[in-house]
Amino acid sequence: MSLQVQVTWSRQAFSLAVDLTLPSEGVTAIFGRSGCGKTSLLRVIAGLDRIPNAHVALNGECWQGRDFVPLHRRRIGLVFQEASLLAHLSVRDNLLYGYHRTPPSRRRLRLEQVSDMLGLSSLLHRSVDQLSGGQQQRVALGRALLSHPQLMLLDEPLAALDSQTKAEIMPFLSRLANESGVPMLLVTHSALEVEQLADHVLFMENGRVRSVEPLQAALSRPDSPLFLDRGPASILLGSMGDVDQHQRRQFVSGPVTLWLPSHASRTTETQRLRIAARDVSIALVRLEQVSVQNQLPASIAAIHSYEDHVLLTLQLHDGQTLLAEISHYAHQTLELTVGMSVVALVKSIALLR
Amino acid sequence: MNSLSPADWQAIVLTLKLCSYTTIILLLLATPLAWWLANGRSFMRNMVQAVVALPLVLPPTVLGFYLLLAFGPYGVIGQPLESLGLRHLAFSFEGILLASVIYSMPFAVQPLHQAFMQLGRRPIDVAASLGAGPMDRFFSVILPLTRGGFLVAATLTFAHTIGEFGVILMLGGSIPGETKVLSVLIYDHTEAMNYGAAHQLSLLLLLFSFTVLLVVYGVNRRFDVAKI
Repeated sequence: MSLQVQVTWSRQAFSLAVDLTLPSEGVTAIFGRSGCGKTSLLRVIAGLDRIPNAHVALNGECWQGRDFVPLHRRRIGLVFQEASLLAHLSVRDNLLYGYHRTPPSRRRLRLEQVSDMLGLSSLLHRSVDQLSGGQQQRVALGRALLSHPQLMLLDEPLAALDSQTKAEIMPFLSRLANESGVPMLLVTHSALEVEQLADHVLFMENGRVRSVEPLQAALSRPDSPLFLDRGPASILLGSMGDVDQHQRRQFVSGPVTLWLPSHASRTTETQRLRIAARDVSIALVRLEQVSVQNQLPASIAAIHSYEDHVLLTLQLHDGQTLLAEISHYAHQTLELTVGMSVVALVKSIALLR
Repeated sequence: MNSLSPADWQAIVLTLKLCSYTTIILLLLATPLAWWLANGRSFMRNMVQAVVALPLVLPPTVLGFYLLLAFGPYGVIGQPLESLGLRHLAFSFEGILLASVIYSMPFAVQPLHQAFMQLGRRPIDVAASLGAGPMDRFFSVILPLTRGGFLVAATLTFAHTIGEFGVILMLGGSIPGETKVLSVLIYDHTEAMNYGAAHQLSLLLLLFSFTVLLVVYGVNRRFDVAKI
């Protein structure tokens, strides 16, 4: 199961040179700055730009090589930055446009399921110009999904939305990624979206692919490009429990348990919890009489020293990685070394999924 | 106002026939042409666009003169037709129909060109990604989203063909039932000092043209299609 792409193309100052094989399952984020060639790569994969001598194949089915398979025969779900709904059709007819053009034997989802999943059931009879930006984008996602694509290509689907709408649509998107079973390529320049949605990350720079890594690997190296804007952070995978009598919600991953504020929502089976490295402190023993509720036993896997801080890579008992940012002074006073057992203190936690 | 004479009726029917045929033929021709013009830039496209727009600036007599040369029994089109055992095209309905198609071409191509430019690639790419082939895309996306452009193209072509005079007079002469359309008949009535009959038909054309333009501008506003 893989997507293969080979393309060499240059025009004026820009050149794209890519030769890669991507996993065709889960969500692969294509991450890079504006103008690094993310969208160009996506357009080649979709067949929107027909670049000579390019080669594209999905799971052994050749899309471009000796022959060129036009977009309408590739079965690709496209979602663009600005919702591109067909203005002459209602929400319902937009959703069904691709469904009606899918051979009945390939149909697995029904309109009701998809409109439930995306919260569109009450909007079906509206015309598309009566929808908000976020609603339009949800219709675009549902429409692509209902065409039963082999691959979804999402080109910065949240970039045109304000941050509130983004937050509103994100749970739907992660639900789609988890439950649809359709492999997705997500073009984005937002580390937040990568952390919340991706399983793999493809880093692009100046039209070249720097690396393709699993998300956890991309998040465990201190020099990760994902940390450029908002600093180092870890993502813990686990499941969300119920709220207890103290208004706390439990987050469990194997032997590791964290307590979250009760308003943390529960949307999908597996949850992603983002913990910024600077929100993690270190103690040598468990503390009593302290306000910090989350004290996670861990061992130090690596220590990276920087000019103004030290970054610790910790391994939790469930095998997941947690980054902690501490001062040089703390590092020296606690005499921290690789392999040492410590307790990671997590005070405030921002919940992602 | 007296009632219309049989000759008037004959001219009205002939005019409507000419306009309808011209409109149908032009919509079929102009759609792919305008689509091609709207989808890319090249020297060829500029050339074609300029040729299509020529009837807007040329005196109809110039166009009619060259068409007469080409369509006549010794012309580049008329002669091969004659040698095939067919009639040449000068002074015939087929001849003025072909001339009308050329003469009204810009009025069909330009509104469609504008509409296609405004539509952009996005809805078409989306439809393709959802599994619609080229013909399917034309009927399910392009046509409904540019219907204003088609309506304007059709009405302007029809109306402009009614107003055709110079080209027809040069190429078709004034043969009743064959090339004597309303505009030519009005000219003949005036020549014959038959002012009453000329006035009657002129007023009819005036009102019709005004109505058509009213409809076109209404459509323009409603569908937001650029005008000529």
